[in-house]
Amino acid sequence: MHALNISGLKKSYKGGVQALKGVDLKVEEGDFFALLGPNGAGKSTTIGIISSLVNASSGDVSVFGHDLHTEKAKAKSCIGLVPQEFNFNQFETLLQIVLNQAGYYGVPRQEARKRAEKYLKQLELWDKRNARARELSGGMKRRLMIARALVHNPKMLILDEPTAGVDIEIRRSMWTFLKEINEQGVTIILTTHYLEEAETLCRNIAIIDKGVIVENTSIKALLAQLNSETFILDIEEGNTPTLDGYEYRLVDAHTLEVDVDKEASLNAIFIQLQQQNVQVKSMRNKSNRLEELFVHLVESGRQKGSNQ
Amino acid sequence: MFTLLNLDAKRGAISNMFTSSNWVALTTLWIKECTRFLRIWVQTLVPPAITMSLYFVIFGSLIGERIGQMGGFSYMEFIVPGLIMMSVITNSYANVASSFFSAKFQRNVEELLISPIPTWAIILGFVGGGVARASLIGVIVTCVSLFFVDVHIHHLGVIVITLFLTSTLFSTAGLLNAIFAKTFDDISLVPTFVLTPLTYLGGVFYSLTLLPEFWQWVSKANPIVYMVNGFRYGFLGVSDVNVGISLGLLVVFNLVLFGLVYVLLQRGTGIRA
Repeated sequence: MHALNISGLKKSYKGGVQALKGVDLKVEEGDFFALLGPNGAGKSTTIGIISSLVNASSGDVSVFGHDLHTEKAKAKSCIGLVPQEFNFNQFETLLQIVLNQAGYYGVPRQEARKRAEKYLKQLELWDKRNARARELSGGMKRRLMIARALVHNPKMLILDEPTAGVDIEIRRSMWTFLKEINEQGVTIILTTHYLEEAETLCRNIAIIDKGVIVENTSIKALLAQLNSETFILDIEEGNTPTLDGYEYRLVDAHTLEVDVDKEASLNAIFIQLQQQNVQVKSMRNKSNRLEELFVHLVESGRQKGSNQ
Repeated sequence: MFTLLNLDAKRGAISNMFTSSNWVALTTLWIKECTRFLRIWVQTLVPPAITMSLYFVIFGSLIGERIGQMGGFSYMEFIVPGLIMMSVITNSYANVASSFFSAKFQRNVEELLISPIPTWAIILGFVGGGVARASLIGVIVTCVSLFFVDVHIHHLGVIVITLFLTSTLFSTAGLLNAIFAKTFDDISLVPTFVLTPLTYLGGVFYSLTLLPEFWQWVSKANPIVYMVNGFRYGFLGVSDVNVGISLGLLVVFNLVLFGLVYVLLQRGTGIRA
């Protein structure tokens, strides 16, 4: 069974803006799925419709086989949402916020207390349970929204840019937590602008641009589309290097950029540089691999659109 | 056969409404609403007590003694039910209007929209909060009035029913206002320009019999007249309008407003894109 099945989803806002132009998407049960796209591509609208915050103009959405129109309550019970913006009552305590959310899903108070304690402890917020939400730091607020989204034990968790604005340490600990949740069987759909995050966490990916899915495949298959990578070599000042058989640019006296085909060996580059007495101090990727593909896919999608 | 099946389906739908999950969701929202107004009691419970004390001192003790009797009672006794009703109306309206609009403004209304809580439970949860605050204030104002006058009770049932129906009506009206409101100004416009004039002209401070016949008829188009007089009948046993009509109108207004709010929330008016 698919955790999420979207077909022909369209959304037009007042004023004629067409945010979604017929989105078709399937997410397998237990998947860790990335939904990527530039700003204004339609990611948040899609998530808004799945989570009943936005009314669709047309199309069908089903969650674990429950149609969002005809079996709304059952479909909603399967979803936990971590929205992009903080949307809790800033004057309530953390415990109240989590307990109330459990109550809205029909979880009895006693059971809700156990679950609230479990998730607030896992997300390192238990000590702050009686603090008002407005007193929390940005990272804590993000974790609070995750605890709130999980308190009714949803089968599918949707995270809309969950790590935006949090420091690297908290981001990494959130990644670990989300991986654990996914390993326990929770299907996760993630939107993010950090492509490293999608590459690290997700197995499958869809790229949406201007209301249309331009790519929907596995991360592995997507990365396999890369024909070449660009490496940056930090070299000692001295001889000006030349590289036969490679595209390269000397950015400045210390920096050499080399494009390397997927099949080509890196050893040959070092051999050539050693023969010219060029010392390489360090080497790194010019950019995230997925980032390059993302830009390429979005641009080619736009070119196709303008040609039509 | 077809009709029987339809009836069974309807019975099934109604019994599904009151599942334990829906009951938990409703009570959670109601308790949350009550906790909200109790947490800010200085803003919600104290001001009506002070305002009504001033009304009792100025209109009851100072001016009232010069007015003499009205409807067979001292002026102070006459205005007590109206003043209690006035605070019930304004507070039930304000409670739900501000709470629901704040939830929209802070976007925590989304907590409800994404959950399986049914629309009727959302309405009852918010309206229940308004009724709880209005009832508590009704009790507080009644207690305050005991410092100034002996309160008679002619028919407790009429008092309770009128208080309940009036507070549900104005709580639902406050919810309707908040659904359409886009700014905080929008939730203060109706109380200032509609509710306050109608309340002051609703027979709180005078008997309709004092008005010329034409203005008596005009006053009877004001729904608050029926609430104030129904309530006054419960306390004093006197009323300018028929109490049965008064209660009947309250029931009808409640049903109409509940239906309207239900349709709007179901559609997502003011809360969904």
